[in-house]
Amino acid sequence: MKRVQFEHSSIPYLFIAPQIVIIAVFFLWPAGQAVHQSFLLEDAFGLSSQFVWFKNYTDTIGDASWLQAAWFTAVFSALVTFLSLGIALLLAVKANEVIRGARAYRTTLMWAYAIAPPVAGLMGNLMFHPLIGDLYKFLNAIGWDFNHKLDSFDAGFVVVLIAVWKQVSVNFIFFLSGLQGISKAVNEAALMDCKSPTRRFWTITFPLLAPTTFFLMVINITYAFFETFGIIDTTTGGAPGGSTNTLVYKVFQDGFRGADLGGSSAQSVVLMVIVLVLTVIQFRFIERKVHY
Amino acid sequence: MNNINWRIISNHIILLIGVVFMSLPVWVAFSTSTHSAETILREGLQFWPGTDFLKTYKEVMFEEAGVMKSVLGITMLKNSMILGIGFAVGKVIISMLAAYAIVYFRFRLATPLFWIIFLTLLLPLEVRIIPSYEIVAGLGLLDTNFGLIVPLIASATGTFYFRQFFKSVPEELLEAARLDGATPWRFFIDILIPLSKTMIAAILIIMFVVGWNQYLWPLIMTTKEENYTLVIGIKQIYQILSEGGELPQYQKAFALTIMATLPPVLVVLFFQNWFVKGLVESEK
Repeated sequence: MKRVQFEHSSIPYLFIAPQIVIIAVFFLWPAGQAVHQSFLLEDAFGLSSQFVWFKNYTDTIGDASWLQAAWFTAVFSALVTFLSLGIALLLAVKANEVIRGARAYRTTLMWAYAIAPPVAGLMGNLMFHPLIGDLYKFLNAIGWDFNHKLDSFDAGFVVVLIAVWKQVSVNFIFFLSGLQGISKAVNEAALMDCKSPTRRFWTITFPLLAPTTFFLMVINITYAFFETFGIIDTTTGGAPGGSTNTLVYKVFQDGFRGADLGGSSAQSVVLMVIVLVLTVIQFRFIERKVHY
Repeated sequence: MNNINWRIISNHIILLIGVVFMSLPVWVAFSTSTHSAETILREGLQFWPGTDFLKTYKEVMFEEAGVMKSVLGITMLKNSMILGIGFAVGKVIISMLAAYAIVYFRFRLATPLFWIIFLTLLLPLEVRIIPSYEIVAGLGLLDTNFGLIVPLIASATGTFYFRQFFKSVPEELLEAARLDGATPWRFFIDILIPLSKTMIAAILIIMFVVGWNQYLWPLIMTTKEENYTLVIGIKQIYQILSEGGELPQYQKAFALTIMATLPPVLVVLFFQNWFVKGLVESEK
């Protein structure tokens, strides 16, 4: 906050009011509704509902399909975060090193940022189309009995590949600007002390990128949790047998397709708690180890 | 010396592989969209562009029943534009005002209101999608631009961008303005907005892309075909394709995909420097 501020009784409220009104109507109210509904059990026709305490929660968390989705979400998030960060870091380091064509590389590597996840998903869908998809044919030609409609590992492979593809460009932009922010003096000093480029990278550059990496981890986990909804909905739709359901996708599936409002709301609330806990962990533990 | 040359070459090879990895899918989608349905079905995806570019894109964008039952491609493009621009402009105005109040004023509810705004960052629309839908439906806002855009603005990313930026504005400005007897409103209009021009441009670009690319919310809250955005439109086309039936019109699906991709990509490429600056600066 500023040291010097306006002292005023009513004007700040006028400025902040539009935002707060929108948040109250379209955020606090629905979030409250979700909590409220999570304690209710509706009859089959949605005419009456009954207060059932934590039944929806115990049903949800004890359910095998929820646990499956939770496990998939964890593995999926870890893979997407690790792979897209790794690829982006490699490309950013190289793009920072080259002199010729640096700008052209930067442009061609970052523009995929603008593509919507569901659009990426739909394109991937056709690349893996059993009739016309080259990737589908290629994978089968090299001896992988590939069928993402039936095999849950193959379906997971498709979803991870598309999710990583879509996320590389954002990470690339941040890593590259992080690298460009490292001062010349530091690089020159490192060059004198250490001949090996690989060692120089891990002992000097990488630690200096730690704040960027930490920030990107948060962004990537959030991405894997929420924004990949569009990718999953347009490629596997959670199939086969719910094996590529993420927790967010399952909230949608159960609520809209399955019309199980109580269960879906309970899942929403559990998900909110998971996200809150993750955020606290990130700020409490990881950030402490990162040297700024 | 040899060693260094080898390193330069390997750098370029790795970067080129990256470029191919990122660009190839979109290039193949484009090339395939310019071939006829028969060719695609017979030969699969195409690497080189064909001759049907004008025919397919004209059908998709301007002809009745070219892609969907009734809605034209150009109408969906218009809807996407409204969503992208409406979202970006709305978000910038509302979040600038809120950030101004938070940074420049001392008032009693400042702290709790700040935390409420912060909370929206942690819980995106996806987790409260069903109650949000019910509320918007209850207010009679389904299939309206207002109901489409405003709930998306509830998340406060923009407010935080501007908050960070305002905090970096030198304090002396406000002191000087106050000595001159400037009112809060004058200070905002005459000093802060001109100072924030680059920041506003950058956030408009980022938010346009975010708005254009919205998926889940438009999907559930538009029920009439005439309100579809391009992103929703291609989802419907692919659904029709996967249901089978007559000769599948893959080229149209690809063409519409390219149309859904082109505007945000052009905006990002055209305003590249602002966009990167806005994206990176705002996260500090």
